[in-house]
Amino acid sequence: MRNFSVTCLLHFAAVILPASATAMEVTDDRGVVVRFDQAPQRIVSLLPSLSETVCALGQCARLVGVDRYSNYPPSLAKLPQMGGGLDPSIESVVAQKPDLVLLAGSSRAAARLEALGLKVVALEPKTHAQMRAAMQTIARVLQAPTADRLWLEINTAIDAEVKALSPSVRNTRVFIAVSTAPHGAGEASFIGETLHRLGATNIVPAAMGVFPKLNPEFVVRANPDVIITSAQNAQGMAQRPGWNTIRAIREKRVCRFTPEQADVLVRPGPRMAEAAHLIAACLKEKAP
Amino acid sequence: MKRQALVWALALQIAAGVLLVIGMGVGSTGFESVLQAANDPAAWQIVWDIRLPRTLGAWATGALLGLAGAVAQGLFRNPLADPFLLGSASGASLGVAVALAVFGQVELADASLPNAWPVQIGLAGAGFLGAVAGVLLTLLLAKGVQHTLRLLLAGLIVGVVLGALKDLLALAVPGILQGMQAFTLGSTGFIGWSACALLLAVWVPCLVLAWSLSRVLDALALGEATAQSLGLQLVPMRAALVAVLALATGVAVAQTGLIAFVGLAAPHLVRALVKTTHGNLLVLSSLMGGVLLMAADILARWLIAPQELPVGVMTAILGGSYLLWLMHRRKLNSGML
Repeated sequence: MRNFSVTCLLHFAAVILPASATAMEVTDDRGVVVRFDQAPQRIVSLLPSLSETVCALGQCARLVGVDRYSNYPPSLAKLPQMGGGLDPSIESVVAQKPDLVLLAGSSRAAARLEALGLKVVALEPKTHAQMRAAMQTIARVLQAPTADRLWLEINTAIDAEVKALSPSVRNTRVFIAVSTAPHGAGEASFIGETLHRLGATNIVPAAMGVFPKLNPEFVVRANPDVIITSAQNAQGMAQRPGWNTIRAIREKRVCRFTPEQADVLVRPGPRMAEAAHLIAACLKEKAP
Repeated sequence: MKRQALVWALALQIAAGVLLVIGMGVGSTGFESVLQAANDPAAWQIVWDIRLPRTLGAWATGALLGLAGAVAQGLFRNPLADPFLLGSASGASLGVAVALAVFGQVELADASLPNAWPVQIGLAGAGFLGAVAGVLLTLLLAKGVQHTLRLLLAGLIVGVVLGALKDLLALAVPGILQGMQAFTLGSTGFIGWSACALLLAVWVPCLVLAWSLSRVLDALALGEATAQSLGLQLVPMRAALVAVLALATGVAVAQTGLIAFVGLAAPHLVRALVKTTHGNLLVLSSLMGGVLLMAADILARWLIAPQELPVGVMTAILGGSYLLWLMHRRKLNSGML
């Protein structure tokens, strides 16, 4: 009888405990299910946008290490750097004894870190919907129930940018160059989605992919009214064969972002309202 | 002569042992991790599960590349022959790219969770097949190994074409782009125990097979006609040596990515130290390659610690400078090369 009751108790505990306390499972972008018995307290992030997300959720203090490109918020500069997302130093990550490592889906480090017994969540959002999902995943893992509020704040801020923008920009045809190759930000990318919400037209249709490598000829033919790019990528743009005939270059309607501004634009993180503001300011100034 | 080779082999092994101990103490933290290893589980993991396998893995990779270099230089009777110049390395990287594109990142990461072996062998296998295809294509294009200049030109062309195919694949499947970029840099940082075991398990039979066929290389050094007149079965023996070359390069490249100049520099260093038969040269080159890459790996970890440099960059700088110096010295001495 006593045995029975002990067994009963054990069964009870087995059924109740995982559901009660704080255990949870999340599925990351690789499709790997990662299980947490409690909310992680020591986090290493190897992707700038994920570092920013952790901080935007108010959990910056839990970060114990970042990659060399994570530079926002500025307080991250004090944290030890673990190398880059592509070439992280495995042992500096392990040395921080993290209970969660956040990195990009395509990082080769994930398998090695998991083999060493670390919990790895790989997230690499490319669209607004994926960004929202990534924020929710991180908030769930951290048990910081603010993802919905954060998302709402971001979207309210973007809506405000949309309202503040005069309807005259609606017919502006924009090319966003994210590299000198040139890779363009397509309609399907998070940058393209922001541009779409602001009402401008993207010269790179969704069918061409998220960040397709374009034939320079395609840009000449599309003849965008405004080009948005970083100061670095803008160098030599006008000297490319035929590009001096593009309206944006002919009429000097090229927005050149500083490295800090370019970071805001190309990172799929919580500063997307700021990115929307940058694009809106560019359109206000340069749209015909 | 034989004793001299033995002494050098011993010296290289001692150097490797010393470097192994140093390698356990160099990284994001210093030697204190070794001292704390008994009490601190994280320090234990860093020393035993990260530094030790990667240091040993660097040795094994270098040993494979050094062996492949010595085999290539003997087989093609050309001191500039290098696994990377005969299409085997570019073939191996194309093979790995295909494997990444076909299996996909998801499956690779999944498979590594319970058991890392299928992934390791899958990638190594793809690297090997690619390397074999690259070398065969080079040999086909050069119409055999008789004409050295033709062979090197063919290797160069195959390397460029296969490299371009790899780039094309990376453009078509952007998901592998970042993985391939990390791969091109060449790093020993991701070598765990399973990868280390695979590298060593491949190195032993490669060395034994190459060593047992070293008479062919000695005979070939005297010229094609002489080799034939000695009654050696050149065709199957050469094929076996090409297989060793491809297997050694393919497996090394699959585990670490592109690491330049070790295969080229190791046999040259050995020849500068001791004049010997190909049997000894193969063994010594392999040991030398191991020591070279191990040293380069430790330097790569140490120079900008706690971050690290890709070891491929280190070997290119060190190996390249050595070869330049070697050419300069030879020119001064005899006007040869």
